[in-house]
Amino acid sequence: MTDYGAFMEALVFYLFAILGVLAALGVVIARSPVRSALSLALVFLALAAMYVLLNAPFLAVAQIMIYAGAVLILFLFVIMVLNPRLDLIGGRTAAQTVAAVIFAAAFGVLMSVTFAAGQLAPATGVFTPEYVSEAGHVQVIGALLFSEFLLPFEIASLLLLIAIVGAMVLARRERVRHGDPRQDLR
Amino acid sequence: MLTVTHYTVLSAILFSIGALAVLIRRNPLIMFMGIELMLNAVNLAFVAFARYLNNMDGQVFVFIVLTVAAAEVAVGLALVVAIFRARENVDVDEIDALKG
Amino acid sequence: MSQMLWLIPALPLVGAIINGAIGKRLPRAMSAWLAVLMVTASFGVSVLAVLNLVALPEDARVIHETLYQWVGVGSFSANVAFWLDPLSAVMILVVTGVGALIHIYSVGYMAHEEDYARFFAAMNLFAFAMLTLVLADNYLLMYLGWEGVGVCSYLLIGFWFNRDSVAVGTDEKFLSPRSSATKAFVVNRIGDFGFMLGVILMFWTFGSLAFEDVFQGAETMFQVGAPVITIMTLLLFMGATGKSAQVPLYIWLPDAMAGPTPVSALIHAATMVTAGVYMVARSHVLYELAPTTLAVVAVIGTLTAFIAATIALVQNDLKRVLAFSTVSQLGYMFFALGVSAFSAGIFHLMTHAFFKALLFLAAGAVMHAMNEMIDMRRLGGLRKYMPITFATFLVGALALSGFPLFSGFFSKDEILAKGFAHGEVGLWAVSVVTALMTAFYTFRAVILTFGGKPRWKEGEIVTAQDEDEHSGHGARGLHPHEAPPVMWVPLAVLAVLAAFGGFIGLPHVLGTNYFDQFLEPVFQQPHVEISETLEWTLIAISTAAALVGMFIAFRFYRGSSTAPARLTSYYPWLYNLWVNKYWVDQFYDFAVARPGRWLANAFWVDVDGRIINGIADGLGRTFKNVGQSLRSLHAGYMRGYALAMLIGIVVVIAIVVMRP
Repeated sequence: MTDYGAFMEALVFYLFAILGVLAALGVVIARSPVRSALSLALVFLALAAMYVLLNAPFLAVAQIMIYAGAVLILFLFVIMVLNPRLDLIGGRTAAQTVAAVIFAAAFGVLMSVTFAAGQLAPATGVFTPEYVSEAGHVQVIGALLFSEFLLPFEIASLLLLIAIVGAMVLARRERVRHGDPRQDLR
Repeated sequence: MLTVTHYTVLSAILFSIGALAVLIRRNPLIMFMGIELMLNAVNLAFVAFARYLNNMDGQVFVFIVLTVAAAEVAVGLALVVAIFRARENVDVDEIDALKG
Repeated sequence: MSQMLWLIPALPLVGAIINGAIGKRLPRAMSAWLAVLMVTASFGVSVLAVLNLVALPEDARVIHETLYQWVGVGSFSANVAFWLDPLSAVMILVVTGVGALIHIYSVGYMAHEEDYARFFAAMNLFAFAMLTLVLADNYLLMYLGWEGVGVCSYLLIGFWFNRDSVAVGTDEKFLSPRSSATKAFVVNRIGDFGFMLGVILMFWTFGSLAFEDVFQGAETMFQVGAPVITIMTLLLFMGATGKSAQVPLYIWLPDAMAGPTPVSALIHAATMVTAGVYMVARSHVLYELAPTTLAVVAVIGTLTAFIAATIALVQNDLKRVLAFSTVSQLGYMFFALGVSAFSAGIFHLMTHAFFKALLFLAAGAVMHAMNEMIDMRRLGGLRKYMPITFATFLVGALALSGFPLFSGFFSKDEILAKGFAHGEVGLWAVSVVTALMTAFYTFRAVILTFGGKPRWKEGEIVTAQDEDEHSGHGARGLHPHEAPPVMWVPLAVLAVLAAFGGFIGLPHVLGTNYFDQFLEPVFQQPHVEISETLEWTLIAISTAAALVGMFIAFRFYRGSSTAPARLTSYYPWLYNLWVNKYWVDQFYDFAVARPGRWLANAFWVDVDGRIINGIADGLGRTFKNVGQSLRSLHAGYMRGYALAMLIGIVVVIAIVVMRP
C-alpha cells in the first residue's frame, strides 16, 4: 500500500513537473501572445496539482480560481483589446538573447545545486499533515490569517485597493488636459 | 519517496524560465507572464517548505503573494494599455525615455 | 561717581549709525546738525568727565570704567573699558573740541555736496573710533580704535571716489581720491602690522594687554634696556610711523589731501595722525625701559621733520604745503618723545591741533571762495576779499612758525629746550634749522595766497581736470567772497585757541607750566633743571630762527623778487630733489609696489589660475568624461537593466555557493 502510494505520488509529480516545465517553455517561445497565455494556464494547472500533492488543497483551488480564472482572463482580455504584433521575440541584439539564456540557465543550475546540496532543518512545526487534515486546511489558514498575520493581511487589502484605483487612473482616457471640453461628451 | 528537493529544483527551473521570458521577449504582456511564472515558482517553494517543515507560515505567504500578483497584473496591464494607446506599439525596447 | 565715560564715544557712534542708516532720507540740515550735536554733546560730557577728574586728588587722578568683558579666552581677557587720566583727558578734549568745531565748519563747507549724510556718518564714525582709541584701557581696544580711524580715513579720503582728480586750475598731477585712499590704507597697514606684532609680543610677555598690568609688569620684570622691551617698543613705533606719517611711511599723508578739506583738518592734521604720538606717550613706561628705541624715535622724528620741511619749501599746492608741514610737526612731537619729554610732545600735539586745524580750515575757506582752486601760483591778493579768513590764517601761520607768544612758540620752544637739555645737540641743531624752514614756507604760503596782487581775474573760469563730473563749480567764474558765519566762527574760535593756547605751558623762566603739572601724574618724570641763562638763550635762538625764516619769506615773495627763480637755477638738482619729494614715491613704487603687484599677479594667474583652477577644472573634467563614457550604459533599455540585475544575482549567489 505504501509502495503503491509512493509510486503514484512520484508518478503524478513527474507528470505534472514535466507538463509545467514544458508549458513554461511554451510561454517563452510561443509567437502568439494567446498561445503564451494558454501555456501559462497549463503551468498554473500543474502547480495546482503540486499543491494537492503538498497537502494544500485549498491553495490548489485558490490557484486555479485566481490565476487561471482572474489573472489569465485579464491577460487574454488585454490581448484581445490591443491585438499586438505577434513577432516580438528576441533581444535588441543577439548578445542580449544569448546572455539571457546563459545566465538564466546558470541561475537555474546554481539554485538547483544549492537546493540539492542543502540539508532541510528538522520538521519542528505543529502543523503535521494529520493535524491539518483533521482540523481542516481552510480553517487552519483562516485562523492564521486572522490572528498572527492580521497586519500583513490588512496591508495586502490596502494594496489591492490602491492597485484598483491606480489601474483605473492609468487606463482612463485623458482628454480634459488637452482642453477641448466637447471631447468629453463624445 | 519525494523530498523537498524535488519541489525546490522544479521551483528553480520554473523561476529561471520566467526570468528568461522577461529577458528575451519584447512584448510586455509576455514579460508580465514571465513575472507571474517567477511568482508561482516562489509560491511552489513556499508551499513545499511549509509541507516538509510542518509549518503553515509558508502557505499564508502564498496568499499574500497571490494578492500582490493580482495587484501587479492589474496595474501592469493598465500601464500596457496606456502605453499602447499613446504609442500604438508595445515594443518594450522602444520605450526608452529614461535613457541617459 | 556716575558712569559716563562710555557716553563720550557712544554719542558719535549713535550719530554715525543714524546718518549711515537713514541719513539719505533725513532733511539735509537735520543730518548735518545731528552730527554736530553728537560731537558737541560728546565734548560736553568730556568736559564734565575732566572736571570730575580734576576734582580727584592729584595722585589718584584716574577714572576707570569697565563696560563689559569683550574677549575672555582662557587666562586672557580684554574688556571694553575706558581709562581717563590726564593724558587721555587732553586727548578727548582736543578730539571732541576741535572735532566739534570742524563739524560745524563742515556744515557750511559741504553745503553744496550731494552725499551729505555719508560724509557726516563717516566723520562721526571717525570721532567714535578716535575716542575709543584714546579712552581704551588696554591695547586691544586701542587697536580697535586704531584700525577704526584707519578705515574712516580711507572712507573720507576717498569721499569723492567718483572723481578722477580734485585738483582745480593746476597742471600738476595728483593721485585720484580712490588711489589716494588706497595708498593711505595700504601704507597704514604696513605700520599696523608692526603694531599688531608689538601687541602680540606684549601679550606673550605679560599675559595681559591692560595698561595697568603691562606697565606694572614691565617695571617689575625688566631692567632698562631689556631686549624684549626694545623689540616690543620698536614694533609699536612702527605702527606709529604709519599712523603718524613718519619716515619711512609718511608718503600717504600728502596724497590724503584728496579728501575734503575738513577731513584734512580733523583727521590728517589734528587728531588721527597724532594717534601714534599718543600711543607712544601712553606707553612711556615701556619706552623709558628701552633707550635704544627712544634714540630711534628721536632720530626718526628729527629726520621726518627736516625732510618734510624741505619738501614743503617748494610745493605749489596750498594744502600740500600744510600736509608736509603736518608731517614735519609730527616729527617734532616724536623728537620730544624720543628725548623723554613726553608732556612737551603732548603739548605740541595740542597746540598743533589748534593751529593746524585752523590753517586747514582757512585754506578750505580759500578753496571755497576760489572755486576749489588752491594752486598758490594762481592765488594772491585775497586779504582784501576775505579779511576774516586772512586774519585767522595769519594767526595760525604765526603759531606754526613759532612767533613769540603764540601757542606754537611755547610748545616748540619747550621741545627744543628739552632736547637740548637731554644732550641731543646735533638733533637740536637740525630741529632749529627745521624751525627756520617752517617759518619760511609758512609765510611763503601766507604771502602767495593773501598778499600781493591777484594773479587771477574777476570772473575768470577755472576748470577742474575732470570737468564733466565736477559738480558745477567749474562753470562759474571766480568771485571770491568771505566765508559764511558757519565757517568763520569756528575759524575765529580756533584762532583764539591757536593764539593763546600756549599760555598754559609757559617756560620756566616766564611762569608756571600748568600743562606739565597737569600731566605730571601720568609721566612722573624728574624735573630737568636747566639754568635760566641757557633757557633764555634757547628761547632767543628759536625766536631768531622763526624771525629769520619769516624775513627770508618776505624778501623772496613780497613784490617781484627774482630770488626764488635764481636760487632754483643755481641749484637745480636741489630744487628737483625737493619738488619730487626725494623720489621716495618712485622708489617705493619700484622697490615695493611693483614686486608686490608682480607677485600678486603671479599668484593670481599662475598659482590660482593655472594650478588651483586647473585642479578644480581637471576634477570636473574627469567626472564629466567618466560620466560621458558611462552614459551609454544608461540606454533606457529596460531589459538590459533586468539582465544586469540577473547577472548580479547570479554572481552573488555563485560567490556565496562557491565559498567553502
